[in-house]
Amino acid sequence: MNTNISRGRLNAKKIAPPGLSLLALILLSLLPIFVTDYTIIKINSIISFVIIAVSWSIFSGPTGYISLSTAAFYGLGMYASAILGNHLPLPLVMVISGIASFIIALIIGVITLRLRGVYFTIFTFGLVELLRNLILWLEIKFSGTRGRFVPSVDFQQVFYCILGTLAIILLISYLIKRSRFGLALIGIGESEDAAAHIGINTTLVKVLGFSISSFAVGAVGAAMATRTNYIDPGIAFNMLMSFMPVLMAIFGGMSTIPGPIIGAAVFAYLEELLITKVPEYFMIIFGAIMIIAILFLPNGLTGIAGKLFKRRKGAGKNANT
Amino acid sequence: MPILNATGVSKAFGGLKAVSQVDFHVAEGEILGLIGPNGAGKSTLFNLISGAIPLDSGTIMFDGVKISGKKPDKICRLGIGRTFQTAQNFAGMSLRQNVLMGALFGKKGQSATQAAADVDEILDFVGLTELCDKQVSDIPLAYQKRLEVARALATKPRLLMLDEMMAGLNPTEVAEAMELVEKIRNSGITVIMIEHVMKAIMSICDRIIVLHHGQKIADGTPQEVSSMGTVIEVYLGQ
Ligand SMILES: Nc1ncnc2c1ncn2[C@@H]1O[C@H](COP(=O)(O)OP(=O)(O)OP(=O)(O)O)[C@@H](O)[C@H]1O
Ligand SMILES: [Mg+2]
Repeated sequence: MNTNISRGRLNAKKIAPPGLSLLALILLSLLPIFVTDYTIIKINSIISFVIIAVSWSIFSGPTGYISLSTAAFYGLGMYASAILGNHLPLPLVMVISGIASFIIALIIGVITLRLRGVYFTIFTFGLVELLRNLILWLEIKFSGTRGRFVPSVDFQQVFYCILGTLAIILLISYLIKRSRFGLALIGIGESEDAAAHIGINTTLVKVLGFSISSFAVGAVGAAMATRTNYIDPGIAFNMLMSFMPVLMAIFGGMSTIPGPIIGAAVFAYLEELLITKVPEYFMIIFGAIMIIAILFLPNGLTGIAGKLFKRRKGAGKNANT
Repeated sequence: MPILNATGVSKAFGGLKAVSQVDFHVAEGEILGLIGPNGAGKSTLFNLISGAIPLDSGTIMFDGVKISGKKPDKICRLGIGRTFQTAQNFAGMSLRQNVLMGALFGKKGQSATQAAADVDEILDFVGLTELCDKQVSDIPLAYQKRLEVARALATKPRLLMLDEMMAGLNPTEVAEAMELVEKIRNSGITVIMIEHVMKAIMSICDRIIVLHHGQKIADGTPQEVSSMGTVIEVYLGQ
């Protein structure tokens, strides 16, 4: 673990990650010039998964509080798009949806984050069900329908909106990793009692962390809703969306920022590939890959990369002496 | 004026009265020993003082401020540090980072440079400088307990509560721990310690409180306490 807090010096190692990310984002932003529309649609989906996995890892990664609430905020985002999409431009809908998600997460956090461990997880799981049924009831009672149409938006615009969200969440994740707030989150994960007794306001840190990890999910939900033209509570609040970031973060490794990024990208790409190439065996192969990842890659894909890198460096050192 | 004053402190778990109607005070600058048989309520009393669990009734005043009802982080920042009976450390961090956590969060507005300087000083004070880059999981128990003390000291407490820091240590380590406790007191910090190691308690404490079934049954100097009939009966003579 690298906290970087005690050393003020700037060095190449420190500038490299944000610099590289910026370069990657710029290159990505040029993508629509070179690739087909179909590819852009696929890439939108991959990037949205990256955002969701990075978001999830901001809170659940360091604290170990496994949240299954992603589908709740994603679904709220989809509804924001369905309700506001005809009146407001997509970026604004995303901002509103993001802020609404943040506030709702604050409220939920205050209620649930006194729950420790598995109780928190179960509550977040229940939250998705609760929202689905609540919205179904509201729709039937007040609008008399089951579902809604979502105004479609040009997918290039969706691409740039999602890319912007990605830039924001990466920046936030990076800043948190380097901040005292990030250290507090890690402290809570390592020992919540010790953290509380050295002056960390654990409730505040947890509630804020949970909210920060929720807003971009709401924003992305709003953007991604525009590619389907119809939603109902069952489509919007799909539990699979809650499991995805957990699996992706485990797959990629969640103690570093690249972990969930790589996990989500590889995972989303694999899913895409398997669904189109071998639809009958998709779930079986997918499940097998997950089991192998959990059993043999305790720190995910980035864990092996780190190990290989260390070994090479170690070998180099030995050669010099 | 006492630095800590507790009146009518009670806590029950279901039907079990873990701490019941306990009154006591801690004088500034003293080493107060807290003893009693297993399950007497000693750790629970620490938990009530530090805010780890809420009390059922009673009041605890620290330095003129009512701390009962406050959260552990607030109580820490008011100047009470503690260790736990089973060491609670940040296992994935190095020793230095553990202590740094205490220095960074223990007081409001602590700068990162100041915190780093404090950490060096404290590591040296408790004798962990050489091990400071090791992971918590790589050091023996005696050092893990000392690390907890270091982390608590990093929050700059005025009152330090040590829960069985000598349990499981060999005689040399116990002697070192005793030396450390006296050093801490000499640096101006008031100490309350829970301990089963009688030799240590009797020789370094200024005063001793005895708990039994959640009640305070004795309160006095080591000589007074060790000569009381009831204490010998429930504890020393067993
Ligand atoms: N959180 C809790 N929930 C339920 N019961 C508890 C809790 N904490 C302590 N107890 C009970 O309260 C009683 C007092 O426990 P406590 O840990 O304070 O004893 P102690 O004096 O520290 O004993 P020891 O010397 O064994 O550490 C015990 O019977 C214990 O089982
Ligand atoms: Mg105890």
